Amino acid sequence: MKPVSLTAPPLPRSRPPLRATEEGPLVRWTLIAVTLLFFALFLALPLVAVFAEAFRKGWALYLETFRDPASLHAIRLSLLVAAIVVPINTVFGVVIAWAVSRFNFRGKSLLIVLVDLPLWVSPVIAGLMYVLLFGAESPLGPWLRSHGIKIIFATPGMVLATLFVTFPLVARTLIPLMQAQGVAEEEAALTLGARGWQIFFRITLPKIRWGLLYGVILCNARALGEFGAVSVVSGHIRGLTNTIPLQIEILYNEYAFSAAFALASLLSLLALATLGIKSVIDRRTARQLAAGEGLSTNPDTQTLNT
Amino acid sequence: MKRILPGFPLTLGLSLSWLSLMVIIPIAALAFKALGGDGSAIWSVVTSDRVAASYRLSFGVSLIASLINGLFGLITAWTLVRYRFPGRKFIEGLVDLPFALPTAVAGISLTALYAPNGWLGALLGKVGIQAVFNPIGVGIALVFIGFPFVVRTLEPVLIDLAAEVEEAAATLGANRWQTFTRVIFPALLPALLTGMTLAFGRAVGEYGSIIFISGNLPFKTEITPLLIVSRLEQYDYHGAAAIGLTMLLFSFAILTFSCLLQAWSKWRIGASR
Repeated sequence: MKPVSLTAPPLPRSRPPLRATEEGPLVRWTLIAVTLLFFALFLALPLVAVFAEAFRKGWALYLETFRDPASLHAIRLSLLVAAIVVPINTVFGVVIAWAVSRFNFRGKSLLIVLVDLPLWVSPVIAGLMYVLLFGAESPLGPWLRSHGIKIIFATPGMVLATLFVTFPLVARTLIPLMQAQGVAEEEAALTLGARGWQIFFRITLPKIRWGLLYGVILCNARALGEFGAVSVVSGHIRGLTNTIPLQIEILYNEYAFSAAFALASLLSLLALATLGIKSVIDRRTARQLAAGEGLSTNPDTQTLNT
Repeated sequence: MKRILPGFPLTLGLSLSWLSLMVIIPIAALAFKALGGDGSAIWSVVTSDRVAASYRLSFGVSLIASLINGLFGLITAWTLVRYRFPGRKFIEGLVDLPFALPTAVAGISLTALYAPNGWLGALLGKVGIQAVFNPIGVGIALVFIGFPFVVRTLEPVLIDLAAEVEEAAATLGANRWQTFTRVIFPALLPALLTGMTLAFGRAVGEYGSIIFISGNLPFKTEITPLLIVSRLEQYDYHGAAAIGLTMLLFSFAILTFSCLLQAWSKWRIGASR
C-alpha cells in the first residue's frame, strides 16, 4: 500500500514534498549523526585502538609476541578448550532445540529460561560454582585428590567453566529458526516412511545448517575469549593454565602493552570474522524465509526475530 | 497436541540431564555452600560495608549505563530501521561486536582509549574529566557491554510497527513529534524496557571489561564480582559463595522481570493487531 501524501499542495520546488510519516531532513540527519557518533565512540574506536596499540611499536614486536612460548602455549590451550567445548555444546544445542521446537510439553517455557540462564549469571559466579563443586574444599575434593584427578586449577575445570558459559549459544540460535521453519517437511518425510535419524540428517539439518553454523561460530568465539569464569578456575599457573584472555591480562598487568594488544588483535579478528559470517548468514536466512523456502504456514511460529 | 515427530523422549531426556549436570547442580552447590555455614556470619558478609559499597556501584552504574543505552539504542535502532545512509550496513553488522569481542579485550582497549594519555582520555582531560579508574570508567565499559541488547530487541518491533497507525495519527492532525510520543513510543516501550533490563542484567554480572578500567579501589570502584574473586583468593569459600548467591538471586529477579516484560510486549503487539 502506498502512503498518501498529506502535505500542502506542491509548490514549485525541486525536492519531493515530505510525507506525513517522515521526519524532516534536519531531524533525520541529526539522528543519523548521533548514531554515527555513538557508534564511533563506543564500538569502532575500541576496535581500532586494539590494532593501533598492537602495531604501535612496529611489525617486528607484533610478531615477536607469537614466538613467545607462554603466548604460544596460551593459544594452544585456548584451542584445546574450544575443540572440546564447541562439539559438545553443538550436539546438546541441537538436541535442546529439537525438543523445544518440535514438541509441546509442560514446563517448556521454564526449560527455555533455564537454558538461557548461563548468559545472565556472572562469569565469576560460573567459575565459583565449579570451584565449590570440584575444588579441594568440596565434598568431592578428597576423593578426586586420592585418585589423582585434578579439575580445578587445571584444564578440565576450564573446560567445564567454558561449557557453562557457552551453554545457551547454539540452542538459542536454533530455537527461533526451527520454530519459524515449522515441521511440515519433517511430517511429510515421516508419512513417506523416513526414520527419525533420516528425517534429521536429510530434512532438518540441511534446513538449519546456516543457523547452526552461526551458533557454532559464536560458541567458538566465546569459548576462545571467555575470561571471568576461566580466570576463577584456572589458578593463573603460567605456561600451564593460561588461555589467550588470561595471558592478555598477565601481559597487560606487566606493562607489556604491545604483546597484550597483539594477542587481543588476534581475538578481535576472530570477533570480526564471526560478525562478518553472521551478516552473510542473516541475509541468506532472510532471503530463504522471504522466498517461502521452509517457511511454515502457521502464523504463530513467525518468531524468528524475537 | 499429539507428538508426531520422533525423538521426544530422547531429546527431552538428554536436554534435562545435560541441563541438570551443567546448570542446576552447580547452582545447587553454590546455594548449599552459601547456606551451609553459620547464618549470622553469612549475613554479616553480604551486608558488610565493602560489599554494600560494591552493590551500590554495580547496581547504580548498571542502571545509569542501561538508561544511556536506552536512549542511544533507541536512536540507533530507529535510524538503522527507518533511514538509509552511508555505512548503515556496516553499523548494522557491528552492533553485535560487544557479544563477540572477548570482555578482556574490550577492557584493555577501552582503558587504552580513555586513559589520560589515550585518544579520548586526552580530549576529556582538556575539559577536566578523568574517565578511568573511577565510576565513569565502569559506566563506559557497561555502556559498551549493554548496547546490543537494546538495539536488537527494538529492531524487530520497529520493523513490525504498522505504518497505518502513524498515517492515521497524521490524518487526525498530529504532528510528527505528537505521533512519536503518543503512538510510536508507547508501542516501543515494552521492547525498550526489555532491552534495558537485559542490558542491566548483563551489566550487573560483568567482570572482564570492568576490572581493567575501574582501577579496583576498595569502597570506590570495586564491583561485586571482583569481591567474589578476592574472597576466593583468600580461600574464603563461604564468603565467596554467600556473595555469589546474593548476586544470583538478583540475576533471577532481573531475568523474571524481563520475562514478564516480554510477555507484556507480546500481549501489546498482539492487542494492536
